[in-house]
Amino acid sequence: MLEKTGIATSAELEKVKPSKERLEKGAVAIAECFREIPCDPCYHSCPFGAFDEFEDINDKPNIDHEKCTGCGICISNCPGLAIFVVDYSYSEKRGLVKIPYEFLPLPKKGDEVSALNREGKEVCKATVEKVEDDEKKDKTAVVWLSVPKDKVMDVRNMKVGE
Amino acid sequence: MIYTDILIIGGGPAGLSAAITAAEKGADVILIERDDILGGQLVKQTHRFFGSKNEHAGTRGISIAEELKSKVFANDNIEVMLEGTAQGYYDDGVVTVSHEKRYKKIMPKKIIVATGASEKMLPFPNNDLPGVYGAGAVQTLMNVYGVVPGKKVLMIGAGNIGLIVSYQLMQAGVDVVGIVEAAPKIGGYLVHASKIRRAGVPIYTGHTIKEALGKESVEKAVICELDENWNEVEGSEKELDVDTICLAVGLKPISDFLIQAGCEMAYVPHLGGDVAIRDENLKTTNDKFYVAGDSAGIEEATAAILEGEVAGLSAVIDIGCSEESSENDRNEAKKQLADLRRGPVGKKIREGLKLAKEGKNAGKNRYSNIS
Repeated sequence: MLEKTGIATSAELEKVKPSKERLEKGAVAIAECFREIPCDPCYHSCPFGAFDEFEDINDKPNIDHEKCTGCGICISNCPGLAIFVVDYSYSEKRGLVKIPYEFLPLPKKGDEVSALNREGKEVCKATVEKVEDDEKKDKTAVVWLSVPKDKVMDVRNMKVGE
Repeated sequence: MIYTDILIIGGGPAGLSAAITAAEKGADVILIERDDILGGQLVKQTHRFFGSKNEHAGTRGISIAEELKSKVFANDNIEVMLEGTAQGYYDDGVVTVSHEKRYKKIMPKKIIVATGASEKMLPFPNNDLPGVYGAGAVQTLMNVYGVVPGKKVLMIGAGNIGLIVSYQLMQAGVDVVGIVEAAPKIGGYLVHASKIRRAGVPIYTGHTIKEALGKESVEKAVICELDENWNEVEGSEKELDVDTICLAVGLKPISDFLIQAGCEMAYVPHLGGDVAIRDENLKTTNDKFYVAGDSAGIEEATAAILEGEVAGLSAVIDIGCSEESSENDRNEAKKQLADLRRGPVGKKIREGLKLAKEGKNAGKNRYSNIS
């Protein structure tokens, strides 16, 4: 399916998903990178050594979710924009999704935006909690979206102004 | 007559990296570039590169161009001729170049051809209507000159170029109505595809463009499904309202100069078309000529930069002005190239390179005996 449509299947997503216990603990990165390509910046970007070292540059990333702190530094270092951070501990009702975002205008803290799923369809409204756009991000902003907890695993993009 | 150690034709990633590498080893280099700026395709590649951290991975193409350019201009061993075009190679070893309204004669010891690639065209009715573009042209218009090609675009081809240019069109505020791909599967990296899909752009695999419609310019595109034998499925036609059709249906190496110089060529579809037969050090069958980058076979810029290093070092070693370290450096660059090509996406390249090395499919008979 992924190879026909660009949309990852739930079976593929299950393989990269952290355990339920880990998800409940707090912020953690998920690498939605399902095919071997010659690429390794994620491994080099992580200050906590949470990405397994690449034996072959074509290896798929593997995150040790126990070492991952969910800091999100890897998000803007991934050339494929395939890494997201999710946080189920954000508040009682809402979870957090941190996404890479390279479109203008950038949203601002407090904005309400459309939260889109992997097909680009709106699944709910999201509140922008933070926009990280410092020099180190090199124009790949990281947007923190709070969404209802049951939408955390679906929301992977956003749209301003709808 | 201008004498130099190494003449490099083409100022893209392969040519720039060859120039820097050879000049750092002490060789005198002339770099000629047809355009009025250096950087080749890098100057419009606003996306981050894949590859290894050692070779600019995670850096945007435009930033890599700046880095390479500043190294070239900072090196006294390199003379750059912008808006210079190589016109021909003569048996006495002279290359003629038109530059600054003069016809110049250059006598190099070695020549590295890094002329890049050109876009392939797709035949369909009305493909000559204004509004039908190559993806490279669209990328240049947008990212170099700040001009959008239209308002509603249909992209043809879901290889990396089709996917990346679609994304950049969206970044420029253009509506991409869909990506059509004749193959049953997406050809480019799936992370690129997912990125476009989650922005709402449908990818029509197993589809093709049947025709463009419009009076003065493109007004509609007709697409249809293909069955498993690549035949059009009757009644599957769909009309899409678009003013732009963007073709990203592959590249072919620019080999004219190599052919004219009498280098033995081989037709290798895996590498995009006619390429020079060469050894693992990128030397062709003409002792003076080396190839690097897309003109040696279609790949991406990281591979072109590494090939530039290999060709630059080979030329330096063969001239005999190298330091001892050149052999080691060349082995290291070759190792990095092999690493890059080891995975599943490098399979086609590996097969193609084998053919280009062995000279299988050699198409000597298809060229007149020029040299």
